[in-house]
Amino acid sequence: MAEETEALSALHVLEYNYTRSVGPVIGRFLTGLRDGELLGIKSSSGKVIFPPVEYDPETAETLIEFAPVGPAGVVTTWAWVSQPRAKHPLQKPFAFALIKPDGADTAILHAVDAGSEEAMKTGMRVRPRWRKERVGFITDIECFEPEP
Amino acid sequence: MRDVAVVSFVQAPSVRRDPARNEVEILMPVVSAALEQSGIPLRDIGFTVSGSCDYLAGQPFAFVMGLDAIGAWPPIEESHVEMDGAWALYEAWIRLQEGDIDSALIYCFGKSSMGELPEVMSMQLDPYYLTPLWPDAISMAALQARAMLDFGSHDEREMASVAARSRRDAASNPNAHLSGDFDVDVLLKEPYLVSPLRKHDCPPISDGAAAIVLVAGDKAREICERPAWIRGIDHRVEAHQLGSRDLTVSSSTALAAEQAGGRGGAFDVVELHAPFTHQELILLDALSLSNGARVNPSGGALGANPMMAAGLIRIGEAAQRIMDGSAARALAHATSGPCLQQNLVCVLEGE
Repeated sequence: MAEETEALSALHVLEYNYTRSVGPVIGRFLTGLRDGELLGIKSSSGKVIFPPVEYDPETAETLIEFAPVGPAGVVTTWAWVSQPRAKHPLQKPFAFALIKPDGADTAILHAVDAGSEEAMKTGMRVRPRWRKERVGFITDIECFEPEP
Repeated sequence: MRDVAVVSFVQAPSVRRDPARNEVEILMPVVSAALEQSGIPLRDIGFTVSGSCDYLAGQPFAFVMGLDAIGAWPPIEESHVEMDGAWALYEAWIRLQEGDIDSALIYCFGKSSMGELPEVMSMQLDPYYLTPLWPDAISMAALQARAMLDFGSHDEREMASVAARSRRDAASNPNAHLSGDFDVDVLLKEPYLVSPLRKHDCPPISDGAAAIVLVAGDKAREICERPAWIRGIDHRVEAHQLGSRDLTVSSSTALAAEQAGGRGGAFDVVELHAPFTHQELILLDALSLSNGARVNPSGGALGANPMMAAGLIRIGEAAQRIMDGSAARALAHATSGPCLQQNLVCVLEGE
């Protein structure tokens, strides 16, 4: 058994700083974000999967037909983060949410800046708040915000 | 199918933090005891397989160092899964089906306390759509809990009841470290941690390890008075993106249970790997058990949740109850990935 001894400790920073090739589907989606548009992809059964995936989750078929969605949509579920962690996308209380843009059949996970938990509601309409300088990352959407 | 049984199970008592011992030091006594209980010396074990996560140690190939706990000289036939030990057991069971060996050692370990666990877990997510937003494990579970509550299949009182029952049962489990007597009404007055989850809905962070020895056929009967026979085992996976699944149900659990011969069945004891209270409710819906089986008498993952070991421990706890004669038929479940993405179901029986 462990004895009551002082353990030596040292800081170790865990990072995986790989440069990745994102491929034809995720690459196109991220380029769309840079241009301020949301792109889904049509599944084998004609559903629009958003964010897009390379292969149909049900049939494993290769997917190629993109479809623009949103950019506004509805919150399908949400979690209120009252104490954001340093790495979280917003440094004030916010919601992580699944957001289904208009015209899409599946939802994306992102942050919603609603101000307070009382302002959050399943089914509420939100729209992306775009970052001014966009580089083709998921964080080009700063967060979603309630539609006025 | 070849008959394969659990003949020994040993776990390290889970603790919130074990700073004085490294992974090998936590593992060594566990592996030695599991081998001793089985009566099979390491040199006679046909196959060794481990489950662990290099992200916890923050070091590529950290699992190779785990091998020091058993010693790999003279050379052994060995494998590893970057998954919970339950999936290592699945690989061992498959390997034993080949018929040329009769025994396998499975071990797993997780020193979850070393980093910021919620953020370490975020690094295992899809690196394009998810990790840059750092959704932590509790927030993701909270998305699932709200989907379930909105759907209306269960409520927050049922979630608190799962917490109260699990922590009460954990008090009589010396290997659990989060236990106590809690009143559901009092729990429901607690503030939210990440709404709709309260602190009691979430698992502890635990350091721990476990090992199991599997033996095939008559050899299992020679070694063990009451081997826990694996009558069915199966695992299924769902899409990684939370937004493309129905989070209110666990279709992969239902399918795995169907394939393993456990869905809708009658069991004396059921050990479910449900780190969050609402997940137990979703799992039980998916299993549709036919009688009032005792659920998680060990306290489950709400009493101790060593990453990469809590799933194998469910199989071990269920098998233990068959080996000690207190149960005739048991179902064990393990999960992996965010919001019950992947699920394994194992049906165990006495003779």
